[in-house]
Amino acid sequence: MAYDLKKELEKPERLAAGHRLCAGCGAGIAVRGVLRALNPEDKAVIINATSCLEVSTFMYPNTAYYDSYIHSAFENSAATCSGVEAAYNVLKKKGKIKDNFKFITFGGDGGTYDIGLQSLSGAMERGHDMVYVCYDNEAYMNTGVQRSSSTPRFADATTSPVGRLTSGKDQNKKNLTEIIAAHNIPYAAQTTFIGNFKDLHEKAHKAIYTEGPCFLNILSPCPRGWGYETSEIAEICKLAVDTCVWPMYEIVEGQWHLTYEPKKKLPIEVFLRKQNRFKHMFKEGNEWMIEEAQRYVDEQWNKLLLKCK
Amino acid sequence: MSRRDRMSGNEAVAEAMRQINPDVMGAFPITPSTEIPQYFSKFIADGKVDTEFVAVESEHSAMSVCIGASAAGARAVTATSSAGLAYMWELLYVAASSRLPITMAVVNRALTGPININNDHSDTMGARDSGWIQIYAESNQEVYDNFIQAMPISEEMRLPIMVCQDGFITSHGVSNIELLEDEEVKNFVGEFRPENYLLKHENPLAVGPYGTSPYYMEVKRDQAQAMKDSMPVIMDVAERFEALTGRKYGFFEEYMMDDAEVAIVIIGSSAGTGKEAVDRLRMEGKKVGLIKLRVFRPFPRQPLAEAMCKVKAVAIMDKAECFSNSGGPLFSEARNSLYDLPNRPYAINYIYGLGGRDITVEDFYEIYNDLFIIYDTNKPGDIYRYVGVRDSRYGEHGFDHKKYDE
Repeated sequence: MAYDLKKELEKPERLAAGHRLCAGCGAGIAVRGVLRALNPEDKAVIINATSCLEVSTFMYPNTAYYDSYIHSAFENSAATCSGVEAAYNVLKKKGKIKDNFKFITFGGDGGTYDIGLQSLSGAMERGHDMVYVCYDNEAYMNTGVQRSSSTPRFADATTSPVGRLTSGKDQNKKNLTEIIAAHNIPYAAQTTFIGNFKDLHEKAHKAIYTEGPCFLNILSPCPRGWGYETSEIAEICKLAVDTCVWPMYEIVEGQWHLTYEPKKKLPIEVFLRKQNRFKHMFKEGNEWMIEEAQRYVDEQWNKLLLKCK
Repeated sequence: MSRRDRMSGNEAVAEAMRQINPDVMGAFPITPSTEIPQYFSKFIADGKVDTEFVAVESEHSAMSVCIGASAAGARAVTATSSAGLAYMWELLYVAASSRLPITMAVVNRALTGPININNDHSDTMGARDSGWIQIYAESNQEVYDNFIQAMPISEEMRLPIMVCQDGFITSHGVSNIELLEDEEVKNFVGEFRPENYLLKHENPLAVGPYGTSPYYMEVKRDQAQAMKDSMPVIMDVAERFEALTGRKYGFFEEYMMDDAEVAIVIIGSSAGTGKEAVDRLRMEGKKVGLIKLRVFRPFPRQPLAEAMCKVKAVAIMDKAECFSNSGGPLFSEARNSLYDLPNRPYAINYIYGLGGRDITVEDFYEIYNDLFIIYDTNKPGDIYRYVGVRDSRYGEHGFDHKKYDE
């Protein structure tokens, strides 16, 4: 059946309104988008790393989730999910539970690229039937915009500030999707919020309904950390993919496929200019920063094109 | 019906686990507890249990797996030692505050600094405030018996439990033990029937909230109450176990305490050496006794104080240093428990056995001798002492420096 956003939105919500995430935040959009891809008859357990998402959606005594949910710590959501999934397998085998459950873990980039990487790698290697979703907002937003290994070069973050001697973060963004793909899992993909959410929806559905460990990396902008108007999130995402800063692709059983190729690849400035975290790059004398950033994006994009051939 | 066998403490734990047939085990290798998941994996490989074994990449993930599995409605077990327990630290608190009845076999080993693989109690003593019940064993038999009693206590109170034994001393030492039949164990431990769990059909469950100041403190108060309420449960389970096996357990064991004039309070396998010293000194007509503490969390404050006040001087022995400048953890709590008594014994502390340092019957003679000096002179002297340390500047006794060189 063809994808129809209107129909999808008629499904019962699995993340209730009234949670405490900011206006213009990508995390809630990512969660709703992924959970919409669950078949309505299936149950799910949501596992969550400590994050903005966690403190905003499950503040005692209220939970925003209609499904079962567990948060345990920052760096262990994939391992916690492994335990839930192991319990499901054995209890199902013993006939103690009848329902079909899916296991979906959400972590921010701090909880995924950095402190949770070991736990995630372990879970992917062991092959649990689960989906790990990274909502990547490119810094530790919950604690106040500290740099992570996902923060792109030149971004002004509170532990990589722009100063007299510094130009924001020194290092380029870690390529986590490739690292996870190197675990030879059946499905890994990058996406973000584009148009009618078809790309996100289809990837989430594949990730949930492919047996084994699957990984989704969703660029999920943060208005506080990135410095944009809350109404501009969709435009920021569109510019991220059209500049090839955030390519959308999937790796199915080791085969790489681009799922979106910009008709006209836009220069990186149009993405950078929208965000306060990059504003120093537009000061006189800092043209080299934009050139460097462009060079890096081009290099990464060309490498990706080779993989997707 | 029971059957006799010879096995190490690690084998005894694995055997108890096989008989219980838990749902999920998450475990990571670390000396000296490694054998437990190793033996248990073989039981899985041979189809003797239904357990899902999750061979995690760290102890941090081992405890995380147990947390996820237990919250999901499964009976979860793990085993670890030393640095492995330290690596779990953060999650020990998560497990306890989420009220998840996880059973962990801890094979006590010194914490690193410098690295050392031998026994002391610094690992579990460091975790004493994490909200877990802690039960310690002297012998392989007690290791087995404690493991079987652990789950009924833990699941009744919805508190996680550590079943502790001394690394290499009981974990690798082989001795005769009496085992229960599989059916007896299954009946004793029963089925795990949590009231709410993530996979329950009737209603979803949310675990691990952000607990703000208006709510956090009640969670802690409830945990404290549960720890308090676990006291009678521990005794009920022990009575039920005695009815089944004839083996009697309590918060502690009193050895020759009825007419004792001085006594030692100690945890774990070294109690066996202490009892040997008691037997020999008794033959010389010396009225000495020993209290072996089995349950450290909850701390049996009142009954322990009552037992200690039978004597005039007591040496409280710590196989862990906590660098407080006022003695080890057992000393602090045991001595504290004496405060409300109208007639208190003198109480002194000995730090012993760190990093596997041997403690001998002769060492116990010296300690009892010190206690009799206090008994006779009414002068406790320095209450914070070391025994068995090479540098005599730090010890009460002269030392043969070669004694510990091998």
